[in-house]
Amino acid sequence: MPPLSIWFVRSALVHLMLGFTFGALMLGNKGAPFDARMWQLRPAHMELLLVGWLIQLAMGVAFWIAPRWWEPPRRGNVTGAYAAFGLLNGGLWLVILGSLFRLPPGWTFVGRVLEAAAAGAFLWHLWPRIVGREG
Amino acid sequence: MPPLTRWLIRTALIYLVLALIAGVLLAARLLWSLPLPTAGLDTVYLHLFMVGWVTQLIFGVAYWMFPTYSREAPRRNPLLGRIVYGLLNAGLVLRAIAELGRTAQGDVWSWLLVLSAVLLWFAAAGFVVNTWGRIRGR
Repeated sequence: MPPLSIWFVRSALVHLMLGFTFGALMLGNKGAPFDARMWQLRPAHMELLLVGWLIQLAMGVAFWIAPRWWEPPRRGNVTGAYAAFGLLNGGLWLVILGSLFRLPPGWTFVGRVLEAAAAGAFLWHLWPRIVGREG
Repeated sequence: MPPLTRWLIRTALIYLVLALIAGVLLAARLLWSLPLPTAGLDTVYLHLFMVGWVTQLIFGVAYWMFPTYSREAPRRNPLLGRIVYGLLNAGLVLRAIAELGRTAQGDVWSWLLVLSAVLLWFAAAGFVVNTWGRIRGR
């Protein structure tokens, strides 16, 4: 597994754990209420699991197993994939912090822009690797 | 494909069917007045799909395909893997039943929701512990 996939997948596991922790707090609070503010974790819970866990895991595994070139650099131009890692995590945390601390809507907007840019950067990297054996 | 992966993927497929049946019930509820528990069904639908199907499928494929941990323990701790399977499914089934059965704050179903939260959290923690050491280069 290449280093970038290791970063992506380990980061995905951290977000899985955080997402399940927020979910468990909300579910526990639903059964035995202890803090009315727990429901405010819902947007962060969804962001952590959908973007932080699922999308990030998919990107990490795709970077690892998508077809490689016969000659180096075997994964082609990896700049887009590295950029995607930074943009995705930066954007994700802007959205999460914005929802947790009720920050101005600009935080969520910039976070979503960074997430979209991450998707574009990853597309730029991966597109040429989506080929059959014949190329 | 190791036996635990087969259990995880087959169970995930069952949840996919159950989740989509819940989706049918949610849609039918808008057309006819059915004698169904209305509160909580949308949450159950979402979690059967995202945890029972998507997450469980990922757990199964990751257990099978991720780099091996060592020559002696290629999938790290198979017992922990089976415990994760049990916790995840016990937690999810309990959550679905308690969510639909709950009628009042503080009833027995509410406490089963708390128990399901604990089971699901430990399932995720067990998966992360068992998988972390396998995320590495050659």
